[in-house]
Amino acid sequence: MLKDVTIGQYYPTGSVIHKLDPRTKILFTTAFVVMLFFLNNLWGYLATFLILATITLLSRIPVGYIIRGIKGLVLIIMLTVVLNLFMTPGTAVATLGPLTVTLEGLKVATYMALRLIFLVVGTSIMTLTTSPIDLTDGMEWCMRFIPFIRRYAHELAMMMSIALRFIPTLMEETERIMKAQKARGANFETGNIISRAKNLTPILIPLFISAFRRADELATAMEARCYRGGENRTRMKQLIFEFRDSASLVLMVMMIVGLYLTTMIQIPLVFPI
Amino acid sequence: MHIEKGEFVGIIGHNGSGKSTLSKLLNAIIFPTQGDVMVSGLNTKDHENLWTIRQTAGMVFQNPDNQLVATIVEEDVAFGPENLGVPPQEIRERVDRALAVVEMQAYAHQKPHQLSGGQKQRIAIAGILAMEPECIIFDEPTAMLDPSGRREVMETIRRLNRDKDMTVIHITHFMEEIVAADRIIVLDKGKVVMEGEPRMIFRQVKRLKEIGLDVPQMTELAYELRSEGLKIDDDVLSIEEMVNALCQ
Repeated sequence: MLKDVTIGQYYPTGSVIHKLDPRTKILFTTAFVVMLFFLNNLWGYLATFLILATITLLSRIPVGYIIRGIKGLVLIIMLTVVLNLFMTPGTAVATLGPLTVTLEGLKVATYMALRLIFLVVGTSIMTLTTSPIDLTDGMEWCMRFIPFIRRYAHELAMMMSIALRFIPTLMEETERIMKAQKARGANFETGNIISRAKNLTPILIPLFISAFRRADELATAMEARCYRGGENRTRMKQLIFEFRDSASLVLMVMMIVGLYLTTMIQIPLVFPI
Repeated sequence: MHIEKGEFVGIIGHNGSGKSTLSKLLNAIIFPTQGDVMVSGLNTKDHENLWTIRQTAGMVFQNPDNQLVATIVEEDVAFGPENLGVPPQEIRERVDRALAVVEMQAYAHQKPHQLSGGQKQRIAIAGILAMEPECIIFDEPTAMLDPSGRREVMETIRRLNRDKDMTVIHITHFMEEIVAADRIIVLDKGKVVMEGEPRMIFRQVKRLKEIGLDVPQMTELAYELRSEGLKIDDDVLSIEEMVNALCQ
């Protein structure tokens, strides 16, 4: 089940996109997501599709892998589409019993679906092409420019990297505890949702206790290694902005501006309104 | 209690005898309520010395999983020097050197959870080495490892002491690990009860048993043989010595 979630996973191929500075990628993705909500006609979505397709091809990540990421959201997308389709008032196109499909509804539903799909694809391309460490470093840098958060930029980044470090460790631990409880006769497979949830208690309690112990020991070990927060701390690997990055940044700004310009196009595409 | 530079000191004691407390005192993680702990001339009570002390006396803990911070091996080794504010270029050099000492260069880009216990512990040692300490305190580093992992780690520790002239304080439950130590300190209920060369300590089988401690297997065998009336030295430590003693 967990294997199907592609968001947040890293898929190394060594492509140009992978080599870009994480800061550029984070900034572009943020601008891209904001831009998605400004688009008001299909020309814009067409342009978005072309941009994403180009980036995907350049990143050499299999298209199927990215599409799998959308699968997990099918339910949400369907729900949005159905709600928008029937709930938007306007010119009726078709009637289905008490429900009426309007032209406006059709338009809004299409836009919403495309928006959600592009949102997921855009952000997952970022995580698929950026290693967790680079992503954390990039986010630390970006957070330095957000008031209120800038003070905690280092701590937040450290928390993120520790979380990433311990995910596999805690997964192993969960498996071990489950086996141990099964050996004692615990049942995780049958029963309704409520009884299954109740059966998880003997897993969660040992897991939490061990997580707290790990946290305590890790904190001691970090202090023993002279950790004292972000002050006066240096990094072995530094983010260096190369020519490639400046070039891509310019290109990305142009793409965002291009996307914005599509909102000015008056000629309708598909929808007459 | 005094520990010389370059010495290999083994510390043994029953559970709750104060071994771990001692190690944490040496690293200025906790502070003495009475008396003073001095690390290369610096008092641990003095807060200004805190970071220098922790850099001088590095510490390796028992659980290999709970002392690795980063998601990539070399990033973890770099953690210590990064905290000390070492310039990036020098961190790179230190990390490469430390990984070479523990013979883990080939794993520099691996993820910690893909390594065996012994390998993780060697990475933890490399992480301390990269801080360039004068002394390393090992707090039961082999307790959670399988025999082959234990051997790997012990070889690394011995090599550090012999070739790099590193002062080693080794806390352990495994007596075989410290038969080659320069000195052994036995703790019981927070007090030093015995102190001396391994041969001198392990000879006192009866007294060690009273405190609840074991002796190396061969020393025990020699002790049993002696009590059965066999004429054999009471300070046999290794299998080799046992063979020699029996074949005389």
